[in-house]
Amino acid sequence: MTGKKLAQRNYYGKALADLAAKDPNVVVMDADLADSTKTTEFKKIAPERFIEVGIAEQNMIGVASGLAASGKIVFASTFAVFATGRCWEQIRLAVAYPKLNVKIVATHCGISVGEDGASHQALEDIALMRALPNMTVISPADAYEAYAATIAIAEFDGPVYMRMGRSEFPTITKEDAEFKIGRASILKEGDDATLIGTGQMVALCKEAADALLEEGIDVEVVNMSTIKPLDRETLKASIRKTGCAVTAEEHSIIGGLGAAVAEFLSQEMPAPLEMIGTKDTFGESGAPDKLFEKYGLTSNDIADAVKRSLDRKKEMKG
Amino acid sequence: MVAMEYTIQELEKKANALRLDVIEATTAAGSGHPGGSLSSADLLAALYFKVMRHDPEDPEREDRDRFILSKGHAAPILYSALAESGYFPKEELATLRKMGSRLQGHPVKGKVPGIEMSTGSLGQGLSMACGMALAGKLDKKDHKIYCLLGDGELQSGQNWEAAMLARHYHLNNLIAFVDRNRLQITGCTEDAMSLDPLPEKWRAFGWNVIIINGHSMIQIVEACAKAKEAETNPTVIIMNTVKGKGVSFMENNCDFHGKACKAGEKDQAVTELCRI
Repeated sequence: MTGKKLAQRNYYGKALADLAAKDPNVVVMDADLADSTKTTEFKKIAPERFIEVGIAEQNMIGVASGLAASGKIVFASTFAVFATGRCWEQIRLAVAYPKLNVKIVATHCGISVGEDGASHQALEDIALMRALPNMTVISPADAYEAYAATIAIAEFDGPVYMRMGRSEFPTITKEDAEFKIGRASILKEGDDATLIGTGQMVALCKEAADALLEEGIDVEVVNMSTIKPLDRETLKASIRKTGCAVTAEEHSIIGGLGAAVAEFLSQEMPAPLEMIGTKDTFGESGAPDKLFEKYGLTSNDIADAVKRSLDRKKEMKG
Repeated sequence: MVAMEYTIQELEKKANALRLDVIEATTAAGSGHPGGSLSSADLLAALYFKVMRHDPEDPEREDRDRFILSKGHAAPILYSALAESGYFPKEELATLRKMGSRLQGHPVKGKVPGIEMSTGSLGQGLSMACGMALAGKLDKKDHKIYCLLGDGELQSGQNWEAAMLARHYHLNNLIAFVDRNRLQITGCTEDAMSLDPLPEKWRAFGWNVIIINGHSMIQIVEACAKAKEAETNPTVIIMNTVKGKGVSFMENNCDFHGKACKAGEKDQAVTELCRI
């Protein structure tokens, strides 16, 4: 069962507003997209600590770095494509390398951006951020988790990248649950396969698991809301039990969650792995649900991938 | 606190001592960027021994002025200024660029006390300085932020994003310097990508502009004093300089942008600098 449909960015805005009142050290920056990223919620409460930089993401990261080096907790927001791609090397030198307290929180990740098309659909941002030393990468499963993660990363000392979606989608976690960085959660236990989702794919994983249960396939569903550092212990325990895995992300399978899990499995406990995600391609304009169908990101696609991983497990045993 | 009572003549001597350190360190390393280090030696001497409020005994004190070396490849001159100020032992300069050294090829924040920010990838320091200046404003502090830019790196657009922001937020606590030695690796800046008319560019972005001879200690000190008094806007001090200043065969020679002296060359450089 999933909960009501909510947009993550609205809960990011709510969390920032709460932080504005709670911590005078928090500074929020945006690059002309505050209405969309919802950083306006912070601006309403602490306008003097809201810094608009205009359409200048590279400068935003440099300024964020200088603020953080002066003791501020800095949230820098824009769309995921611009937040990670436009200024990757600025993030590398000015944030990751000196390990500064900058939280790059991006909205509009993935093809669920919809009609704006490929230029605005970040499908490579996890890969870009995951490759950086010192960077923590977070991808909350729903709006409630986006709120909790925002509070958690404000308390965490160091660079963080967090990605969120644009649209409303079903909640799957409990409101007011604490967010633990680096800790995956198990939404449903099962013995046959381990289904690992991140972001809004977690709700679809749960949907797929519920459908598979009716066919007698009992899948364990893991919400991997921190992609780096990867929760290897949870993965190890689950895949040792099930013997096969499927990952699901609204991101390219190159360099994202699937790749992170593949790196872990191939080096520590080889097991069949199927990946749901975009396959080395850009997105396009369209309604998000239609795009999910075209790019193979629906709960049916996930269920099919689970069956493929089960077949491969059988072949290996056979 | 470093005693700030030095005379102009003493500051000139300090600059020369820094130049000698740069030659010794880069020659020992067998690589590095002496040219742009020598062109900014006078500025660094003025900043660390006269202009800036800083304390080698307490490098993190909150009310210190901050210096960002945006042209991070001139790390040898910054390391020399820090060592001469007492942030770390001068003998350590001989470890420049070697495995395990705190003196990395380009400055790294936190490696040695006194390095405020990691730099080396050009075009980013002014943004970082803007962030520090904004933080100073938010905290209602009176310290200043100093940022040294290479002229070649002004070809990078991020500088002008930062220049816009500094004016927009009236960062009069920010003082930038341009080491206008007119050379970059390729050769003349005006051949690679022309920067002139440079003062007009800064003025158009709303900055106070002061143009000086970057090798005149009195002009540097007076320009800094004037910049500190800026009431509403940031100030840029464009320093006309000579790359490789102080060593005849290095002057205006872009070969020494990123190349150290050989042993024989070093002896000549040291002899020339000791004569000054």
